[in-house]
Amino acid sequence: MKAILKRELSSYFNSAIAYVVMAMFFGFSGWFFIGTCFMANSSSLSPTFSNIFVIIVFITPIISMKSFSEEKRQRTDQALLTSPSSLFEIVMGKFLGAFLLYVICCMMFFVYGLVIMFFAPANWAVIICTNIGLMLLGGALIAIDVFISALTESQLIAAIIGMAVGLITYMTGSISSMIGIDWVTNVLNSISFTSYYANFTYGMLDLTGVVFFLSVIALFIFFTIRVFEKKRWS
Amino acid sequence: MVEVKNLTKRYGNTTVVDDISFSVGEGEILGFLGPNGAGKSTTMNMITGYISSTKGTVTVDGYEVLENPAKVKSSIGYLPEIPPLYIDMTVEKYLNFMFDLKKVKLPKKEHINEVMRLVKISDVSGRIIKNLSKGYRQRVGFAQALLGNPPVLILDEPTVGLDPQQIIEIRNLIKSLGKKHTIIFSSHVLSEISATCDRILVISNGKIVADTKTSELSSSIAGNQKLKMDIEGSQGAVLNALKVIPGVLKIKKKQDIGNNVSRYIVEYQNGIDVRRDVFRAIAAADCVILDMQNGNETLEDSFLKLVTQDQTQNKGGVR
Repeated sequence: MKAILKRELSSYFNSAIAYVVMAMFFGFSGWFFIGTCFMANSSSLSPTFSNIFVIIVFITPIISMKSFSEEKRQRTDQALLTSPSSLFEIVMGKFLGAFLLYVICCMMFFVYGLVIMFFAPANWAVIICTNIGLMLLGGALIAIDVFISALTESQLIAAIIGMAVGLITYMTGSISSMIGIDWVTNVLNSISFTSYYANFTYGMLDLTGVVFFLSVIALFIFFTIRVFEKKRWS
Repeated sequence: MVEVKNLTKRYGNTTVVDDISFSVGEGEILGFLGPNGAGKSTTMNMITGYISSTKGTVTVDGYEVLENPAKVKSSIGYLPEIPPLYIDMTVEKYLNFMFDLKKVKLPKKEHINEVMRLVKISDVSGRIIKNLSKGYRQRVGFAQALLGNPPVLILDEPTVGLDPQQIIEIRNLIKSLGKKHTIIFSSHVLSEISATCDRILVISNGKIVADTKTSELSSSIAGNQKLKMDIEGSQGAVLNALKVIPGVLKIKKKQDIGNNVSRYIVEYQNGIDVRRDVFRAIAAADCVILDMQNGNETLEDSFLKLVTQDQTQNKGGVR
């Protein structure tokens, strides 16, 4: 697992991907930060945090689009799958590699907190809490994107489907409010990434949210393992 | 060392590998020969645990591949048809990664240097694989398979796309490795295999059609020795003269060449040289031998015969 994790990270930083992703993340989050804190004369980072969801929807598929699709295209999956490493180790290494790059991006919010401290007392409870929520949200999306990349040989298709799925998770909340049927609304609300994430942005360490996102991560890591097991068994 | 029993792989209704059984002993070099699409790579992928079998078992060193995958995989070095190279890495970094991935427990730096020396890639160790030529890439793939000194090496067409000089180098390398490792290596070129392997397994349409020592392949398939002759003289006289020679089994007239000359194929027993007797008998019958040639099949002929035989049989079976 360590070997794969190390390779993933070095391949991100040896190619343009890490820098593009970080530039996008820092640029947009900085823009939101200026817009909702400086221009609005507010010391609360919550609006910045809730706006950043849209950017994450686009960034996470870019991070993990090549996880497995590129391996399949270059036939390097043969080296991975015939090595003594288990499928769990392989998938976990891939996931953690993508996740760590994302965590590096999220660290920027602590810098914003420090900037606020120059002007007003920063609410560190909100910043830390939301950052945890942000990492969980991104982790869940990355797990889904890694799964998608295991299904195709094309990075582009993996990225596009990943973005579409991300947008759907972003919109489930608003879709559910448009549907009049009660039980459908309930189901949609209970799987709405937005509503779980929103609780974090208010500064609550919402346990149901933590459990929800961790379950999504576990579920899609399991699905990814199954994709390879099925391929071997069919 | 490697034991394959009733191995079968089906994709839907297509049977790619059909009930294959064989075993390879320690230190043996087994050549896996067959036309393209015969099921060589699929069999190798099943032995290495890349894909599972529909039926049958593969045992390496006493461990079953599906029950004990980690154990089996760590004792096999695999070079697939397309070497699994991360082309954005340098040779050294790639081998370092593969070393960790394979969980090898040898002194890392020395071992990697030793393997690089063995396949002669030390001079490109700092270069990015993307920029290497095909021959070098193949050798990097080879190096990857050798990491950890696995007792079993499985090489899928290791010489495809190399120039003649490189082919000879790789062949010699395989031969020298065969002293310490059990090697299964595949090719669709017969000369390739006959030059390196102790034993040949011919596979066609997913079935084993021959499993013999390299030296015996030709005679075991071709059967008896043959002479090809052009003889001037009446057909009856020639046949009568040849029939009585001890050791001659079968005489076949192939074609008339004209001017009272015909071409004959004479089959005779292995171990008896009938050429002198044939010469004297024909001369005594007042006929003339204009041309006498060895009519034995070459290894290549035997191979083609095997493969086409199998195909026609299969077609018959379908109907």
